[in-house]
Amino acid sequence: MKHLLGLEGMPAATLTRLLDVAETYTGVGVGDQPKRDDLKGRVVVNLFYEPSTRTRMSFGLAARRLGADVLDFSPSGSSTAKGESFIDTAKNIEAMGIDIVVVRHSSPGAPHMLAKYLKPHVRVINAGDGAHEHPTQALLDIFTIRQRLGRIEGLTVGLIGDIMHSRVARSNIHGLTTLGAKVIVCGPTTLVPSEVERWGVEVAHRLDDVLPRCDVLNLLRVQFERQRSGLFPSIREYRLLFGVDSDRMRKTKPNVLILAPGPINRGVEISPEVADGPRSAILDQVTHGLAVRMAVLSELSRST
Amino acid sequence: MTHPLHLRNGRVIDPKQNLDAITDLWLAEGRIAGIGPRPAQLRGDVKTLDCTGLIVAPGLIDMHVHLREPGREEDETIATGTAAAVAGGITSVACMPNTEPAIDTRAAAEFVIHQAERAGYCNVFPIGAVTKNREGKELAELGGLVEGGAVAFTDDGAPVYSAEIMRRALEYCKMFNKAILVHAEILELTQGGVMNEGFVSMQLGLRGMPAVAEDIMIYRDIVLAEMTGGKCHILHVSTAGGVELIRQGRQRAEALRTAGRPSFWISGEACPHHFILTDECLRSFDSNFKMSPPLRTEADRLAVLEGLKDDTLTVLATDHAPHAPEKKERELDQAPNGILGLETFLPLCISYLIEPGHLSWPRMLAKMTCNPADVLGIDRGTLLPGRPADVTVIDPKVKWTIDKNASQSKSRNTPFHGWDVTGRAVATIVGGEIKMSRLG
Repeated sequence: MKHLLGLEGMPAATLTRLLDVAETYTGVGVGDQPKRDDLKGRVVVNLFYEPSTRTRMSFGLAARRLGADVLDFSPSGSSTAKGESFIDTAKNIEAMGIDIVVVRHSSPGAPHMLAKYLKPHVRVINAGDGAHEHPTQALLDIFTIRQRLGRIEGLTVGLIGDIMHSRVARSNIHGLTTLGAKVIVCGPTTLVPSEVERWGVEVAHRLDDVLPRCDVLNLLRVQFERQRSGLFPSIREYRLLFGVDSDRMRKTKPNVLILAPGPINRGVEISPEVADGPRSAILDQVTHGLAVRMAVLSELSRST
Repeated sequence: MTHPLHLRNGRVIDPKQNLDAITDLWLAEGRIAGIGPRPAQLRGDVKTLDCTGLIVAPGLIDMHVHLREPGREEDETIATGTAAAVAGGITSVACMPNTEPAIDTRAAAEFVIHQAERAGYCNVFPIGAVTKNREGKELAELGGLVEGGAVAFTDDGAPVYSAEIMRRALEYCKMFNKAILVHAEILELTQGGVMNEGFVSMQLGLRGMPAVAEDIMIYRDIVLAEMTGGKCHILHVSTAGGVELIRQGRQRAEALRTAGRPSFWISGEACPHHFILTDECLRSFDSNFKMSPPLRTEADRLAVLEGLKDDTLTVLATDHAPHAPEKKERELDQAPNGILGLETFLPLCISYLIEPGHLSWPRMLAKMTCNPADVLGIDRGTLLPGRPADVTVIDPKVKWTIDKNASQSKSRNTPFHGWDVTGRAVATIVGGEIKMSRLG
């Protein structure tokens, strides 16, 4: 694997291998556990054109725990604010001698452009490109499911909310279906793309029907600007139809696992008692994100 | 003073005259002098071009070209665009008014013609804006534009948004017998769109533009043409729905004519990219596959092809839309719409219409010569004696590879770079002068 641009088309064996490798990185550099030197002498640049807290910090920390030097780029206060193009910025940073670019961008395909325009030794990791893919988020979601429930194959995973604009949903659909899980997408008809069934997922619009069938519920974040652009009438109505609270938790399987990619809107797609409750693995996801990203960084740096 | 020209022993095809024969064509004093034996009135030295094995056609007309001048000379100028036209075998272009400023006055139209004459490559027929500054609010001085040489009207790049203004434009232009050229797009359905809306856009997470955004406005403008008795031509038809609406509209117009009742004009055009490529191409995230209307599905592609075959779509045109690399080679959702077309027009049409047997040579050439001339009401596109000596000589069999770096255009935004194609123009004659020759 040269770049990690997305999970679409990634073979099951590759996915499983990444998850297995991630197991071996769990806890690296935490407390008394030693760091590793997989990326010693390597330079990783975080090229983030969109705001991010956890993904950016997670990649930065993962790279440092593997001994890399980390550069951080953000467009405000940079040459981008002066009008420099995306590719020019990337080529300039490349000229400083970097090995791995972690890129987040609002345009789908921006990481693919980097993979095309940058020198062949540079590795590109997609940390979210528009509504297209967010492969490390899906990997850490799947990793968390496997840790908690012991397997992926045969599980039923509900992706709840805005599927249309969600890169997390797309990457999860690809990864989960490849590994043999059943995926149900459930959200307002205006936020579930009409041809999504062609990916082999089930489409539903009544959350209460879906709840008893799912082993995992992944609650996607509602973006408030979607309401303003007329895709649903109000936040109140969204909560009523698709919010998961303790009442709805009574309809789920007893051992259901609750995931959320974050940042969460407490009291909208998820109520505080569910987010902080015993079925929630939201903070585990963040922890596992480090192991998954260390595994990805290390695998890419070893590839030729 | 140029010599009279003798194009010897070519396959002379003039769809306007139903002519398709191995014969000779004679040009003199900038006009078609005759077909067949040497015309008696032709005296003195004659330059002979051996056209054996070649096709001799009326000079090709591309009625949908963005020359960018004035205002965006970094993308193209009238000189570079017309140089690209003659390199592609095109003797006349009609250029779109979405320049800066827009071609919305007589002076602006005259400027375009003047620059074209100064460049000296091919004929340029300006198309005027329908509304002042293409803002869609008030009609431009259409009569003045006609005086200045405008051959049709459009706000292309954008639709004429108000149905009321569209109605009045169709009515007003009946005075001049000029067509309104329609860029059909319901903007609120395409806002922020990057590509066709469908499975591929869903998969790529790209904002889609649904086919109905085009269909709705095509329907609106056909019924407005019907109501007003105006002349309406739909540009760059890309959807199966749009083709069917035009097919039905043409049937109604024909029925009215047959019944001896007042009728209306409705015609449609197809661009090569819409009958060759589909939205699957966007998987590359290459902005050279981004244009408006966008590449659609395979079903739409086949419907456009069918529309060309049954003469629902009577015109082939390029929508040549140059953009400088620094603008076009960008993230897909930030790159502008459009691709080059002039130099790839003929070879793509030969390779994807003639070679697979979809159209005969005379039928394809009609869509590049007399049919666009009829939409624009210009005296070109035929080899009738006395008409301007615009001729394209075509090698129908030569195999070659498209190279964007060999283009005469200022820009390089073609998705067809590196494609192997069949056929190309080997000589372009404008007004009796050889403007381009690849003949030995």
